[in-house]
Amino acid sequence: MILVFAEAVNGQFKKTAFEAVTYGNKTAQLLGNQCVVLTLGKVNNAGQLGEYGASKVYNVSDANLDSFDSQVYASVIAQAAEKLGAKVIVLAHTSTGKSLLGRLAARLNAGSVAGVKSLPDIAGGSFKVTKGVYSGKATAEYEISSDLKILSLSGNEIRPAKGGGEVAMEELHLTVPSPKTRVLQVKRQEGIVPLPEADVVVSAGRGMKGPEHWGIVEELAKVMGATTACSRPVADADWRPHHEHVGQTGLAIRPNLYVAIGISGAIQHLAGVNQSKVIVVINKDPEAPFFKAADYGVVGDLFEVVPKLTAAMKKFKAG
Amino acid sequence: MKLLVCVSKTPDTTSKISFTPDGSKFNDVGITFIMNPYDEWYALVRALELTEKSGGTVTLVNVGGPDNDQTIRKGLAIGASDAVRIDAEPKSALFIAKQIAEHARGQYYDIIFCGKESIDFNGSEVGAMVAEFLDLPFASYASKLDVSGSTATLEREIEGGVEIVEVAGPFVVSAAKGMAEQRIPNMMGIMKAKSKPFAVVPPVAFPDYAVPVKYTLPKEKTGVKLVPADDMDELVRLLHEEAKVI
Repeated sequence: MILVFAEAVNGQFKKTAFEAVTYGNKTAQLLGNQCVVLTLGKVNNAGQLGEYGASKVYNVSDANLDSFDSQVYASVIAQAAEKLGAKVIVLAHTSTGKSLLGRLAARLNAGSVAGVKSLPDIAGGSFKVTKGVYSGKATAEYEISSDLKILSLSGNEIRPAKGGGEVAMEELHLTVPSPKTRVLQVKRQEGIVPLPEADVVVSAGRGMKGPEHWGIVEELAKVMGATTACSRPVADADWRPHHEHVGQTGLAIRPNLYVAIGISGAIQHLAGVNQSKVIVVINKDPEAPFFKAADYGVVGDLFEVVPKLTAAMKKFKAG
Repeated sequence: MKLLVCVSKTPDTTSKISFTPDGSKFNDVGITFIMNPYDEWYALVRALELTEKSGGTVTLVNVGGPDNDQTIRKGLAIGASDAVRIDAEPKSALFIAKQIAEHARGQYYDIIFCGKESIDFNGSEVGAMVAEFLDLPFASYASKLDVSGSTATLEREIEGGVEIVEVAGPFVVSAAKGMAEQRIPNMMGIMKAKSKPFAVVPPVAFPDYAVPVKYTLPKEKTGVKLVPADDMDELVRLLHEEAKVI
């Protein structure tokens, strides 16, 4: 049985959860097995996970599961895996999933791979998956030899696929320990798709010359339905908040479309973004190294090009 | 305060990565190795700041061969009190975490620090594994850490925001950007590092369950398609019709 932990944020399931269930379902089909989903705490509309291939959805409800503590969550997921006889556990490679993966591997004495980007290759009885290494500069194939395998699925690698119908949610009764951490406050930017989940990212760098010019970037992002990002020097200079920094020491992202504005494309920046499916580079310097990693390039003054692109996008959206 | 900082050796951030022709091993010819930036810039420096304020020691732990000694010495030069290298060539995160946990067990560290991930394998796994082996709470991706008495307050980076958490008693933390500022070792630090305690101990036996067997480099881009700066309608058309991303 494949056990997927589907994470809810404020009770709502997001794309990363649908991706994880889709991955679990496809893995289950490969192994001739069932995909069972576990949810924790207060969740809304868990039955919809059946549409992505869950044959069953279990929930453990307990006040101690309403906020995240890796120790408590790992204990409950491990109990569920043992009780239900899981062969593979699938998590999403989110801050929550990443905090749980290692704990589960240590607790269940199992092999784990973080940030998986392919379905398992089970040729010849082995179990192999690939993941990005060296900050996205290369791919490694991992072989897992333990009976139980634990994976966290990288975002934007698998398209959530609907096929099945809604399933009923069943309560699972397990021991829920008390957390040793206490969540005092959660501050989330509302109405913005977080960078790791964004399909389209509009990112800008030092070429912007100052934080006061970001309006044109934000306007382009708005019309493209994109999340904004920035390069390291820009975050270091406090032109933009640190959570927008993508690159080797910031966030690694893999959107469908990455638009880089006034970013030269240092190797450290490329490391965080070069797994994007399509890269557009706008830079006035035709020698900017980023053009070598780009699919489409515009050589020109960003202060002229970006508003033109925004206007063209508006025209396109208006059909 | 008795603090432990887990450090690893990684290729420099500007390294051009390559592998042996059969793809089985990393090619380290011409590569400069550094201490993993998250371990050095944030975890180690914050640990030092805490002991500078309230007293205590900062121990470094590394799992690796003698070629890691230079990296560990740098940590001592930056200001750590002593170091332990567990003498093994690790292949998997769980093996590394097991070694660190076995060292830490019975040492009663107040806080065990690691970087949020290493920039070579990017797994983010070791901290969580150490926490689980030692049955300790784990605060991951912390961009702020303050300690008051036996209680720590942390700011954790989560998708699209931050979470503020409080932990009482010993815990494991993984450090993200923002927790501290990089420090450059000075000559005095480098001299002092030479006489600081540096133990090399054998590993405990533990299996590898998940190991990399083959590496590949991404396909080179076939070449950028340039669009005239005054024809953004054409760029939109290409993104829609050719790339199919909008």
